[in-house]
Amino acid sequence: MFNPVSWLLFQESEAAQRSWLGLTPSTDVYLTLAYIVAAACFIIGIRRLSSPKTARNGNRVAAVGMAVAVVATFFSSSIQNILFILVGIAIGSAIGFFLARSVQMTEMPQMVALFNAMGGGAAALTSTVEFLEIINRGSTPDLDVAISTVLGVLIGAMSFSGSIIAIAKLYGWISSAPITYGGQQIVNAVLALGAVGLGVWLIIAPNQLALIGLIALAAVLGVLLVLPIGGADMPVVISLLNSFTGMAAAFTGFVLSNPVLIIAGALVGASGMLLTVLMGRAMNRSVTNVIFGAFGSAGVDVGGGASAAGKSVRELGVDDAATLMAYANQVVVVPGYGMAVARAQNAVRELADILQSKGVTVKYAIHPVAGRMPGHMNVLLAEADVPYNQLFEMEDINPEFSRTDVALIIGANDVVNPAARNDPKSPIYGMPILDVDKAQNVIVMKRSMRSGFAGIENELFYEDRTSMLFGDAKDMAEALVASVKQL
Amino acid sequence: MIASLAVLANTAVAQAAERTGMPVEEKLGLFFGSITIFILAVFLGIELISKVPTTLHTPLMSGTNAIHGIVLVGAMVVAGLANQDLLVTVLAFVAVIFAAGNVVGGFVVTDRMLQMFKSKRPDAGGKK
Repeated sequence: MFNPVSWLLFQESEAAQRSWLGLTPSTDVYLTLAYIVAAACFIIGIRRLSSPKTARNGNRVAAVGMAVAVVATFFSSSIQNILFILVGIAIGSAIGFFLARSVQMTEMPQMVALFNAMGGGAAALTSTVEFLEIINRGSTPDLDVAISTVLGVLIGAMSFSGSIIAIAKLYGWISSAPITYGGQQIVNAVLALGAVGLGVWLIIAPNQLALIGLIALAAVLGVLLVLPIGGADMPVVISLLNSFTGMAAAFTGFVLSNPVLIIAGALVGASGMLLTVLMGRAMNRSVTNVIFGAFGSAGVDVGGGASAAGKSVRELGVDDAATLMAYANQVVVVPGYGMAVARAQNAVRELADILQSKGVTVKYAIHPVAGRMPGHMNVLLAEADVPYNQLFEMEDINPEFSRTDVALIIGANDVVNPAARNDPKSPIYGMPILDVDKAQNVIVMKRSMRSGFAGIENELFYEDRTSMLFGDAKDMAEALVASVKQL
Repeated sequence: MIASLAVLANTAVAQAAERTGMPVEEKLGLFFGSITIFILAVFLGIELISKVPTTLHTPLMSGTNAIHGIVLVGAMVVAGLANQDLLVTVLAFVAVIFAAGNVVGGFVVTDRMLQMFKSKRPDAGGKK
């Protein structure tokens, strides 16, 4: 029977016996109480984070919980070299703060991936250090500690290296296209078996060599698992790795018998896993499909669907486009990552304002995975002061397109590709899309005819109702503003 | 699954009791206490976010990302043990730096994201 009170006391008596920890019972009880407060803050924080009204507050509640846990740990008597730790925290905090303040909103996925890499690395290192400490003392780790170490190191190191590859793909340092080679699955399987073997060795006969081998293998596995995944799926991968890091933190908690690590890690691991599934669902992809599936396998004809051959696109001048929109009843703007990259949000909002002043109803259609992450586009538009009540989610805006005079697509591609509806061979087949082709006119603002992030041809561009407005999204939006003003 | 868990627990308990002289019940209580809170926290984590709007997926991912920075507490504990071994000291120091970066960066970047939502919401209706 689990009794919380006696569990509190266990901490005490265990600590008293493990004298190397140097804990005294009194401080340890306060420490455990502080950890319970911190855990409660994390639970309330995550709850509040999942509702728009309370989200910001939720994040702060979680931050307070973190502060409580960290400060309380300083007062624990097991901490001997406080200055050493303070210096480490100062360096890490400064790096984290600087990056978080300076990052562009368009680079958000990379940022989350980087912090995730740091967390995963920290979890793996912490388990490693504790294990080495035990070995260096000349004693043998308990079975539960050994197993937790293996899991914490394995998952943490995979999360670390996988996140680094995700960052490299998002920045384009390495090709965002799926990287595949023959026998890939076999290589991965062999490496995974090797990791399991090393893990078992480590558990049976704890030794430094097996630990180092396990870290190296796990890191290589992380790299190899993310390399074959296409750039478009990176958000789902980052979310999955985020969940992994949570689990790694929980296993580190088992290694150290630390309840707050177990609770917070398990919370993040579980909620992160569910979030990953939800994100996948928004793209009509299962998580297994993302990791092992369609985009990744070399067998899929990525060019599938409409082919450009023999078809031509219709180009449109800025003034014609401006006229079309100024005399429309309803214009729906479909923003995509291209708009964000060109930093055209403000110009687009200005265009919407001026159209509204001429009596045109302007709405924004937000695809769940527009941008690079679910909800990313909402963040970007909010940054540009676009009123929240003009933003419409996919289910709400799709019935509107048949009543829409102009659908203005700015730097979006895959989320408006009819192949997702029509072409079972297409890699994005089945993904819910915005039904822009039902609008009277479709204006596509785009830099060139290059294909989107998924690397697929878009037949929408060749349809009769579609006209192309080639150029930089920001320049074009500003030109449209000037032109509409003249009318 | 349960059987293997029981075997695992028994072995662990026997080992620990042998080595530390700790009463078997205590080690057992500690081990199952940890397992219990782990499993409860897993279920809680799933329940907590089952009804989250798509809009909040990115901030939620970023926020939970900051929370797993709790590993900082673990890093502090291992770094706090006075140690002569250079390798272990360096690894622990790096762990503290990484975890602190995870915590501070994660919360700050999430706040930045959510700040944009919040400031727009109340006056969204009134402005236009």
